[in-house]
Amino acid sequence: MRGFFMTAKAQRRKVFRWSGLRVFASLRSILLLLLFVFPARAEFRFPMPEFATGYEHPAVHTPGPSNAMVGWDIVVLIATLTLAAIFVLKRRKRREIFLLTLFSLIYFGFWRNGCVCSVGSIQNIMAGICDPAYGVPLAVLVFFAAPLLFALLFGRVFCAAVCPLGAIQEAVAIRPVKVPPVVEKVLSILPYIYLGLAMLSVSMGAGFIICQYDPFVGFFRMGASFSMLIFGGLMLVLGIFVARPYCRFLCPYGVLLNWCSKLSRHHATITPADCIQCELCTDSCPYNAINEPTPDQSPETRSKGAWRLGRLILLVPLMILLGVGVGSLLKEPLSRMHPTVRLAERIAGEDLGRYAETNIESEAFRASDTPNEELYAEAVELKTGFARGGKWLGAFIGLVIGCKLIAVSILRKRTDYEPDRGTCFSCGRCFKYCPVKE
Amino acid sequence: MKPKGKRKRRDFVRGAAAVLVGGVAVSSLRSCSPKLVWQIDPEKCTQCGRCATHCVLAPSAVKCFHSYSICGYCDLCGGYLRPDAKKRNTGAENQLCPTAAITRTFIENPYYQYKIDEDLCIGCGICVEGCDVFGNGSMYLQVKHDLCVNCNECAIAHACPSDAFKRVPASEPYLLKSDREKRIS
Repeated sequence: MRGFFMTAKAQRRKVFRWSGLRVFASLRSILLLLLFVFPARAEFRFPMPEFATGYEHPAVHTPGPSNAMVGWDIVVLIATLTLAAIFVLKRRKRREIFLLTLFSLIYFGFWRNGCVCSVGSIQNIMAGICDPAYGVPLAVLVFFAAPLLFALLFGRVFCAAVCPLGAIQEAVAIRPVKVPPVVEKVLSILPYIYLGLAMLSVSMGAGFIICQYDPFVGFFRMGASFSMLIFGGLMLVLGIFVARPYCRFLCPYGVLLNWCSKLSRHHATITPADCIQCELCTDSCPYNAINEPTPDQSPETRSKGAWRLGRLILLVPLMILLGVGVGSLLKEPLSRMHPTVRLAERIAGEDLGRYAETNIESEAFRASDTPNEELYAEAVELKTGFARGGKWLGAFIGLVIGCKLIAVSILRKRTDYEPDRGTCFSCGRCFKYCPVKE
Repeated sequence: MKPKGKRKRRDFVRGAAAVLVGGVAVSSLRSCSPKLVWQIDPEKCTQCGRCATHCVLAPSAVKCFHSYSICGYCDLCGGYLRPDAKKRNTGAENQLCPTAAITRTFIENPYYQYKIDEDLCIGCGICVEGCDVFGNGSMYLQVKHDLCVNCNECAIAHACPSDAFKRVPASEPYLLKSDREKRIS
């Protein structure tokens, strides 16, 4: 489709140029005349006619934006969150949670085309904080805050049954296999990197990358670029065996939900009463989110553990410094996220003869009569901004890795099988595995 | 049951987190201006054709608008007829529009009216370029707001090479060329 337009356009240009000469000869006298007769209206080549038949100009059809659904979206969001909390904490039925998940998939996904969504809303919030002129609509604000507040109270019930991205993956997770915990821990750093990159991109005005690389929104809208459909398709195929790959290893909003859910007031429990240590539930969770009881005997002496913790705490500043170093090295590739930087490099490359042809962007820039120096100055300013942002991003990721190392080295006493409050999606799979009934 | 001290600390951290979430939300709300929607500035548009291909909707929410009040009602319309058209009539071989979305109607000698069928228009901008090159520029691209889903970040805006997409207040969602004098003043 796109190729067709490009070639059609190129042909058209040629035709215009060729026949322009012919038409030009006949039009030239008229145009010259017009320029003399109507100097004030020189921007219009042809005078507006006066009709003898009393013909009147039809009005231009300008329908206003429809925002009738936005209020409903907020109502449905709060209602589904409340229902999800009731299903997870009170009724404890996997089937009901799954039905609500399917409803959210149909409503927020296929009916509302996956927009507005909480995952993308972080970018609007960030844009609103960075740029006071940017308006954050009320609906986006609610979609950002409500799932986090629910996570503070009831755990990640949003992930369980409300998020359309989670829902589409939940629906295809037919044969989930267990990911080794080491792999899981290492890959769980990716969402932090993605979150940091997205925040950097928004704060520098380089676009909303979470929305651009949303793998499933193409299915909701029944149309996306070929590469995004391939990415989304691969994610769904992977999701048959590795349950919820996007949620676990990419979702940037999941980072915030994880933090809030760690503090949750009431979190889903595997058993409705006392745990009998039957170990049946360990097989049920495809997300490695069930923590086993700690052994009675600590595997190492207290002083040994304390020394290791001390070393790890000292490691954190080193990780941050390392992150800053790596971040400042990545200045150039990071700054290419911004279209202005890409354009400046393209223009400079074309002037140096590095490219044989121009592209649409460079043609549009050259047609705009902006001096090259202005573009280069803007690009240089953006690059210094990205250099600063890259250091912050590196420091953030260094801090996250340091804190993760500390978290894995601390042994928390547990006597029962418990869901991990941070990573548990409250999907309810473990409920029916538990033989204890109230 | 957890010891009482631990419980209290947990409650405090939870309260602090709630305040933080609320604070972040409110600090972004501080910038809450009137609702904004996406629109094309016809002065900047270069008719690259990406509006037809990059919109998340198919067909695109961008359509060709025709401001009749600045149209010359030409017989030889650069927006309707192919530059190499043999005859000035409604023959398919003479039409520029790839979807035949423009209807040509005789008004009175020598004037013809050109009407755009929004259901057929794909927003490719081919007629816009023709009208700009040979005519008054009364045809131009605009985002139709009954179709536009007002994405977080407009996919066409991201792909637009000439920076023609901008956010405008939802109360005045169109940048009509026929209103330009009114807009500037």
